[in-house]
Amino acid sequence: MDMIFSVLDATLRVSTPLVLAALAGLFSERSGVVDLALEGKMLAAAFAAACVAYIAQSPWVGLGAGIAAGMAVAMLHGMVSITYNGNQLISGVAINMMVSGVTPVLALAWFQQGGRTPTLSDEARFTAIDLPFADAIAHSPALKTFFGHNILVYLALLLIFVVSWVVYKSRFGLRLRAVGENPHAADAAGISVKGVRYMAQAVGGALCGVAGAYLVLAQTGAFIQDMTAGKGYLALAALIFGKWRPWAAVLGCLIFAFTDAIQIRLQGVELPLIGSIPDAFIQALPYVLTVVLLAGFMGRAVAPKAIGVPFVKSR
Amino acid sequence: MQITKKKSLAVAAATLMAAASSSFAFTPAVVYDQAGKFDKSFNEAAYTGAERFKKSTGIAYREAQIANEAQKEQVLRNLARKNVDLVIAVGFSFTQAVQTVAAEFPKVKFAIVDDVAKGANVQSVIFKEQEGSYLVGMAATLASKSKKVGFIGGMDVPLIRAFGCGYTQGAKAADAKVEVVSNMTGTTPQAFNDPARGGELARSQFDRGVDVVFHAAGGTGMGVLQAAKDKNKLGIGVDSNQNHLFPGFVLTSMLKRVDNAVYQLMLDGQKGTWKPGVVTMGLKEGGVDWALDANNRKLISKDIETKVNQAKKDIISGKVKVVDYRAGNSCPVK
Repeated sequence: MDMIFSVLDATLRVSTPLVLAALAGLFSERSGVVDLALEGKMLAAAFAAACVAYIAQSPWVGLGAGIAAGMAVAMLHGMVSITYNGNQLISGVAINMMVSGVTPVLALAWFQQGGRTPTLSDEARFTAIDLPFADAIAHSPALKTFFGHNILVYLALLLIFVVSWVVYKSRFGLRLRAVGENPHAADAAGISVKGVRYMAQAVGGALCGVAGAYLVLAQTGAFIQDMTAGKGYLALAALIFGKWRPWAAVLGCLIFAFTDAIQIRLQGVELPLIGSIPDAFIQALPYVLTVVLLAGFMGRAVAPKAIGVPFVKSR
Repeated sequence: MQITKKKSLAVAAATLMAAASSSFAFTPAVVYDQAGKFDKSFNEAAYTGAERFKKSTGIAYREAQIANEAQKEQVLRNLARKNVDLVIAVGFSFTQAVQTVAAEFPKVKFAIVDDVAKGANVQSVIFKEQEGSYLVGMAATLASKSKKVGFIGGMDVPLIRAFGCGYTQGAKAADAKVEVVSNMTGTTPQAFNDPARGGELARSQFDRGVDVVFHAAGGTGMGVLQAAKDKNKLGIGVDSNQNHLFPGFVLTSMLKRVDNAVYQLMLDGQKGTWKPGVVTMGLKEGGVDWALDANNRKLISKDIETKVNQAKKDIISGKVKVVDYRAGNSCPVK
C-alpha cells in the first residue's frame, strides 16, 4: 500500500513542471505559433530563478525572475515568429540551443563553479508546506498524498482550472482560438492577430517561467547545465496527446509522470511470476505506453488549423 | 628617458634568459577546463597537486584555462610550442584533443587524467573506482539504521556499474544482510544532467526504507544530495569532496585523487621516470580515497572510521580484493 502512495506522491511532484509547460504550449499553439521553445524558456527561467533567488535569498523574488526570463525568451520567439514571419520550428530549436549554451557560460562567469549556480539555502527555496487543516482531515493515507507538497504544486493545480476557463470561457480565449484556427476571419472581425499571438506568447512565457523556477526552487536547489533534460519536449508531446485541450494535456502529463514513478520503483525489483525485468525494458515503459495510447486510444489529433503559418494580412 | 630604456633592456634580457633557461629546466603545465581553477572539483584538485609539486621541488609550472570547447586543441598546441615538457589535461572531455595534439608534437610529453588517450607520447592515468566505492559502501552500511542503503548511477555504462558494484561489495562486507537498492538514471549522457530526476530517484529509495544513498551521477547527483538533506537522510558524494555541499547530510565522499595523479605525473616527468601508457591508480597508489573532514566529522563514529580504515589497509595489502565490474561485465554480489 505504501508503495502506491509513494508513486502517487511522486506523480504529483514530477508532473508539476510538465503540466505548467504543457499549459504554456497550449496558449502558444492555440494562437497558431508552434512552440518548440518550451525547453529553452524553462531552462532560461530555471537559470534566472537560481541566480536571483541566491542573491536575494528569497524564493518569491526568484520566481519573479524566472517568470520574467520565461517571458523575455517568449518575446524573442514572438519577434521571430510573429513580427518577422520567420520559421517557427527553427526559431524554437535555435532558442533551445542558445539558452542551453548561454546559461552555463553566464553561470561560470558569475559563480565560478563549473557552470552551476551555488546551492540555495532552505530560506531561498519553496519547501513543503503544512496546510493548516491537513492534520485534521488527513487520516487516510490517500489524502496525505495530496498534502505536504510545496506551494508551486498547488499553484499548478489551480492554474489548470484557470487556464481551461480562460481558453473556453473568456473573451481572450475565444479570440485565441479564432486566431489559431482562422486568423483571416479573426482579422476581418477586427481582432489584432499579432496582438493576440504576442499575448499568448507572454502568458506561455510566464507559465514556462513558473515551470523552470519549480525545477530549481522546489525540486533541486541549484541550476545545472541542461537541467530541463527534455521536459519541454515531453510537455509538448503531452499537449499533442491531449489534442491541444487543457485537461487532456494534463492527463497526458500525469500518465508520463505516473509511469515514470512506477518505472523508477520497478528497477531491479523481483516481480511475482515474471521475476526481474531487464532495466532497459522498464526504462522504455513510459514511451511505449505513450505510443500505445497515442495510436490506440486517442484517435486522430487535429492541430489548430493555422499552426505554424505566419499571418500575413490579406489586402 | 634614459631610465626607461635601461629598464626595457633589462626586461628584454630577463625574458631572453628565462626563455633560455626554460629550454633546459623541466617545465610542466596543467590545463584546466571551462569549469575554472577553483571549481571545488577536478580542476581545483589538479591545481592543488601542481602547487604541491611546486612547493616540494621549487619548480614552477605553467597553467592555462580554456574558455570554450573549441579552444582545447589550440591551448594544448600553444603549450607544446612553448617548450613545455609535460602537458597535463584533466578530464575525459580532453581525450580527443590530447590524441590529436600529441600526434603533432611527438617530442612533447602529454598526460590525461581520468580517461585513456592513445599516442606514443601520452600517459593516461585512470582510477580504480571500485576500491573507493567499496570504502564508502562500508561506511554507508555502518551508518545506516534501516540496514538498507542505496546507489544511484548516472548513465548506465560499465564505468558507473563499477562504482555500484564496488559499493555493494563494501556494503555487504560490513554486514552481509544489508539490502542494496540500486537505480540508474538513464541510458544517455543526459542522465548526468538531470538533478530533478536524481531527486526523484533518491526519494523513491527513501520510500523503500533506504537511509544512506551514494550517487555516481555528476550533476544528477546534486539532486540526490539535496533530496537527502530535504528528507533528513544521508548522501554520499563522488569524484571530488562534496562534504561541504550539505554539511551534516553528506556522510562522506568517494574521492578520485586527481591532485595525487597530477603531482605524481610532474614528479615522474622531472625525475625522468615518466613513461607513456596507461597507469591505474587505486588505494595503494593514492588514486582513490574516502573523505573525512570537518564537515562530516560528526557523522563518522569511531567505529566507522576504524572499520573503513581497516578495510583500506586490507585492500592495500591485497588481503581484500575488490572485483572490477569492467573485468567481466558482472558483479559477484547483488
